[in-house]
Amino acid sequence: MAHEIIETNRNLSEIIMMGMRTRGVPLAERLAANIYAYEAAQISVGVLDFSLYRDDLGSRDLQPVVKSTSMPSGIDGKVVVLVDDVLFTGRSARAAMDALIDLGRPSAVKLAVLVDRGHRELPIRADYVGKNIPSSKEEEVQVKLTETDGLDEVSIYRKGETGKNR
Amino acid sequence: MIENNSQPASQTEAISWTRRHLLDIDEFSTAEFDLVMKTARVMEDILSRPIKKVPALRGKTIATLFYEPSTRTRSSFELAAKNLSADVVNLAASSSSVVKGESLIDTLYTLEAMGVEIVIMRHPLAGASHLAARYARSSIINAGDGAHAHPTQALLDMYTILKHKPNIAGLKIVILGDSRHSRVARSNIWGFTAMGASVTLCGPRSLLPVGLTSRNTVYSSVKLETDILRALDGADVVMALRMQKERQAAGLLPDIREYVTQFRLTPERLDTAKSDVLVMHPGPVNEDIEISTEVAAGPHSVIREQVSNGLAVRMAVLYLITGGNKK
Repeated sequence: MAHEIIETNRNLSEIIMMGMRTRGVPLAERLAANIYAYEAAQISVGVLDFSLYRDDLGSRDLQPVVKSTSMPSGIDGKVVVLVDDVLFTGRSARAAMDALIDLGRPSAVKLAVLVDRGHRELPIRADYVGKNIPSSKEEEVQVKLTETDGLDEVSIYRKGETGKNR
Repeated sequence: MIENNSQPASQTEAISWTRRHLLDIDEFSTAEFDLVMKTARVMEDILSRPIKKVPALRGKTIATLFYEPSTRTRSSFELAAKNLSADVVNLAASSSSVVKGESLIDTLYTLEAMGVEIVIMRHPLAGASHLAARYARSSIINAGDGAHAHPTQALLDMYTILKHKPNIAGLKIVILGDSRHSRVARSNIWGFTAMGASVTLCGPRSLLPVGLTSRNTVYSSVKLETDILRALDGADVVMALRMQKERQAAGLLPDIREYVTQFRLTPERLDTAKSDVLVMHPGPVNEDIEISTEVAAGPHSVIREQVSNGLAVRMAVLYLITGGNKK
């Protein structure tokens, strides 16, 4: 994915990686570290909390915990790559885009996801995909990362069951 | 239709807030205080952005229902609601059907019939918002009821202190003035003692609460002091309360000049406190009565900051309450 980002962006200094909380954040950092390793280009990484922009606030049993958003610098005129672990309905990506637009006016917004599991409910697609994993709606796809969960793992399981590797 | 499973539950941290109303903070757990503080920090970030608005409460209708005059609390709540994209209707009792004799509960039902989901209420009688909450289908937020409670003021005071001190626990906090009739003092006593601070109330005997220490275990760490220098000795925080003129009329204070001589917070008296003492005041300030202008505008004063923090804290409360609505 880091290679793809390098190939499609001529000016790497204009890129800002915005990790979508929670697991998009370490992924954004890893991508930035890889790009630095390949091209010696410093990519700034920000953290985006989009919970106040979700479309299901108030219809859930409990409100999500809101956390801080941090930006390395202004995003005006920059290419912002939103980074998340799983792309599913596209509703998180929609919320994240709205949250981002309230912070400034990037020249372009791109989406990078580790896993695309299909079942979009909105007209959204990812620009960079780690792996396409076709799944059923009855299944859950869970990404675990060393930084947040102690190990790197992608698991698919039927709803209600506990995680089983595939 | 919005599917509840659009994001897997395991990937989104949900909060442990189940309160539908905010009436008082006397039953708050430390985890709840903590959650309000953390949420308020995020709201403060939002307030520092060029676009100070998030869509979290879009489509919600909120009413402020004030049976007492207020500038900062009412406008603070209104702006907080608007920053979260809620629609706000403001009712002042003096210019509403209350004048025609409509009861509190009838007014509440009328607002609810118009789709109001959160009612922010101030009333001169203690317990008014508790009464309203018993009949309400909406969420009630107490913005001050008589001499009883003013929970959001206590939360914003706590938030303000935590911006300057790492912990509330272990601090010596002095509340100066009429703590007997002050809902601000009462709510703050609950909050500060719950977080482990030692609270000293200072003022003339007639304005100190009666039987505080014996009534409840929470109050056991509360000291009463009639000598201002003894009270201020080693204090980390001094909060001056507004001297309410109506108390004079009630004969509790023989002479305002006597109070000023003995209890006004002056630079000389403040020297007794710690060098990094915070000076607070819930407002509005009667300058040179309870606090000298020099101190109110001095380097230790966080009075203005309290007002800004109030906005962030009220945004946090409104956001959390909307979640508690479901239960």
